[in-house]
Parts: sequence; structure tokens; C-alpha cells
Amino acid sequence: MLCDVCKCNDAAVFLTQIVDGKMQKVNLCEGCSKEKGVQDPTGFALADLLLGIGAAEEIEKGGSSTRCPVCGFTQADFKKTGRLGCSSCYVAFAEGLNSLLKAMHKGTAHVGKLPARAQRTLALSDRMKTLTENLRKAVQEENYETAAALRDEIKQLENQLAESK
Amino acid sequence: MKFQNLMASTGEWLRGEGPHHQVVVSSRVRLARNLRNRAFPGWAKKAERTIILEMIKPRVEELAEMQEPFSELLQDLSALEKQVLVERHLISREHAAKSVGSAIVMNRKQTLSVMVNEEDHLRMQSIRSGLQLRQAFKLVDKVDSALEAKLDFAYDSKLGYLTACPTNVGTGMRASAMLHLPGLVLSELINQVIQAVNKIGLAVRGLYGEGTEAMGNLFQISNQTTLGEKEDEIISRLNKVIETIIEKEHDARQVLIQKKPNTLWDQIGRAYGLLTYAHAMTSKEALNLLSVVKLGIDLGAFPEDKRLGIDQLFIETQPAHLQKSTQQKLNAEERDHFRAQIIRERLKSFPNPDISKMAREPEVTGNSEPEKNE
Repeated sequence: MLCDVCKCNDAAVFLTQIVDGKMQKVNLCEGCSKEKGVQDPTGFALADLLLGIGAAEEIEKGGSSTRCPVCGFTQADFKKTGRLGCSSCYVAFAEGLNSLLKAMHKGTAHVGKLPARAQRTLALSDRMKTLTENLRKAVQEENYETAAALRDEIKQLENQLAESK
Repeated sequence: MKFQNLMASTGEWLRGEGPHHQVVVSSRVRLARNLRNRAFPGWAKKAERTIILEMIKPRVEELAEMQEPFSELLQDLSALEKQVLVERHLISREHAAKSVGSAIVMNRKQTLSVMVNEEDHLRMQSIRSGLQLRQAFKLVDKVDSALEAKLDFAYDSKLGYLTACPTNVGTGMRASAMLHLPGLVLSELINQVIQAVNKIGLAVRGLYGEGTEAMGNLFQISNQTTLGEKEDEIISRLNKVIETIIEKEHDARQVLIQKKPNTLWDQIGRAYGLLTYAHAMTSKEALNLLSVVKLGIDLGAFPEDKRLGIDQLFIETQPAHLQKSTQQKLNAEERDHFRAQIIRERLKSFPNPDISKMAREPEVTGNSEPEKNE
């Protein structure tokens, strides 16, 4: 079996990773495995190879490659262009993208500007957390009157949250 | 507003009145935004691109910041007109290659330009003279907030603003400054500076961005990462680095004056001589020589009131601007002649370089005092 990266030497390192029920396999020769830093398979994200250098093959249970349900973009398209198809691709290809973003950026979570709409949603969900916690306490203390009031308020908030999304 | 009117005025940032303008030519900040669940321009079919364009363009045109805008569909602009906009940094080279389904909207002062369906649905850019990244950000931030109320932007609570290329995800912001660094180039320190800047996660590019050559001793410095850092943290980091480079550039000029005055006077004299008497000049040669004359003005060899004329030549001698101003298509050879002619005429009123006035670099900024070193 030939190495997936250089395609000329015999593969000596065989990697299999199962993420969310999808099996990914990469076969590498001695040289390429060193070059890619695959000495310690536990600290190595297979997705880096899949999305980054684009040498490996992804084998899914269903047999077809991942496709964005909104725009039909595939991982192969991403390998070719380096661009994504639509904003939902970030969800469809989340696994692979996470390690890519990690290597590319300072952090993995956005800490900058929030759109006003997101700010409102954030405030609502913060309020929701507080209410849920209070409800838990009320039930624990067998304070059912408060619990009932809290439950109503949570229900209202749930509606508001659904609207704001 | 018509293209001719746009041609006639140079835009606020070219007038070179901003802070640290001797070294920092301009500051730019751009934000990338996309509509939720719509294919990004590179993936969308023509029909969808057109729908997206029709959703976005009117919203941009009605912004308070866009009174009597210059607003054109890319297919209605000639190749030459697009190139003029590229030379003024009002659209990207990528955008100039677009046609049906893309547009450009900009304000009269040419300080704000919005590209519709470039790589992302929206690329909003503010450009200012000198080091004014914060002011530039303020304007695009305001425009972004106004547009977000009317358009449903793709935003994820974890990843922030979602962009076609994962390198822009998060803030979607690219802040960059165009620096004029003849001192560091002449004293062969520029590579050290570029390496140091790269090491701390900032990018250094040539005159027209990614993959372009550095000409006229002009370099663009910008942030490379957009995720995991706040907008004003990115700008602060960039400002700090730029201020250090400004200091290094002034130091390099001082060292040249003190240690290699003959080399310096020779360079300035030759640049002046060639620009004053040459009859054929490529745009690269022109930029490189104009850069040295600009340095001469900074150092007092030429009177200060000649500065604007030289700064404008940096743009006016670019290929598309030359052809647009003659109203005819010129081949490379004709351009070189015409370019030399424009420059000769501009330099007619120039006095000979006055070395005696170049004893010391005039102190304009408070940032380059020698005692600040160490």
C-alpha cells in the first residue's frame, strides 16, 4: 500500500480515527509521518491532514463525502478552492474546520463585536440560565409556589428566545 | 456621481495630512460580512449572486455615510476604469476581475468603499491618510451596525462573523497601513524588520496586497488572524508595531545622514536628475525614484510645499491613471514616454536639491526622539 501523501513510498504508519461515527483512515510512509508530526497519534488531528494538505481520503459509513445540506458544497470543493460554500458549511464541516482554525488563528472562539441581535439573544439566554438555576433550587427546597412562577417565566422566555433566533 | 468626477478629485487619503504622514501613507480597515444561508459569491450561481446584489446594494446606497455615492455594477465599468479604482486602493484586484452580480459603492470623499460580492457578500473598507486605523475602524464599524439592522448577517455565537475563507472568520476584519520606508531599505535593515513583523503574526505585503512586489519602498502591514482577539486589541497591537517601525525608519534616516551622507545625497541627486530629464520611464522606476524624492522632501532637501505634487505622482503615473488622463489606450512604450513627460512637467518648478538644509531631519512627530532608544 502506498503512502497517501507522497504516493511513492510504501505506507508504514496506518492511522484510523473515529469521530462522531465517521471513520477516517490515513496511510503514511515513514518519512511523511515524521514530516507531518504523526509521532504521537493521540495529539494528532486527522482532520488537519484531510482539510489542510489534502492528501488523505475520508471513508464514511455511508460511503459518500460530506456535503453541506444548505448549498451542496463538498469537502473536495474546499480542498480545491480553500473557500467555503455558504455560512452553513461551518456547521457541516465543523470537525475538520476546528483544527484548521486552531492552527490559523489566535484562538478558537470569537471575542469581538456582536451584532445587536446576538447581544439580545445572549442577554436572554443568560437570564434563562439564572432562572433555570433558581428553579432547580426552588424544587430542591420544595418551594413549589416559587417553582411554578419560575416555570411560567421560563416558558415566556423560551418564546422570546425562539423569536429572536 | 460619475466616473469623471471621481477621476478629477484625488480622495482625502491622498492629500497626506494624517498623523505620521511622512512614513505612514494611509491606513485601511475592512470588514467582511455575509448573508446567512446564502451561497458565498465564489460558489453562488449568477442568478443567486444577482439576487444577493439586489438585496444588499440599495441598503448600502441609502446609508447616511453614502450621500450621492459613486455606485456602479462591475459589468458597467471598463477594464481601465476598474484598474483606476485598483490603483487608488478603492477596490481589490480580485474585485476588478468580477463582472455580472458584483458592484462597488463608495462615498464622494473616497474614504469609504463597499464591494458587493467580492469574495464575501460585503467587503466594507475605510481608508484614511496617515496613521488613523482607529478612525478608519470607527467608520466601518458604524456602517456595519447600520447595515446589520437591515440585513441578516451570518454570525455564529462561537465563531463570530462567518466568511468565505476561514482565514477571515471571527471579526472579519483586516486592518492595514501603507508604510513608506526608504531609510530602512537604503540601510538594508528592511529584511530584518519584515522578519520580525512576520514572527509576531502580522503580514507584510507589497504595494497592491497579496503576492505583489514591493515598489517605491512601500510596504503594507496588516493583521493575519481574525479569531480569538477583539477588534481594538488587533488595532492596538498593529499600532504599537507600526509606531516602532516609524521610530526605526527615523533612526535609519538619522544614521544615513550622519554615517553615509554622500550615498544619501547621491541617491537624491540622481533621482532628481532622472525624473527631471528622462524621456522614458517605467512605472516601477518612477515609483522608486519618486520615493527617493519624497525622502528628500522629508529631509528638507526640497521645499515642503512640493510634497503634494510628488505624492500625487505616485498615483497619477500608474498605468491606468495615465491612460485615463490621456483618454486613449497606450502601449507600454507610449506609457513610458507619457509618464516621463508628466513627471518632467511637475518637476519643472522644483528647485535643485539643497544639501545644506539636510543637516538634520526635521522633527515632525513626537515619536522619534533619540532619547527614547533604550
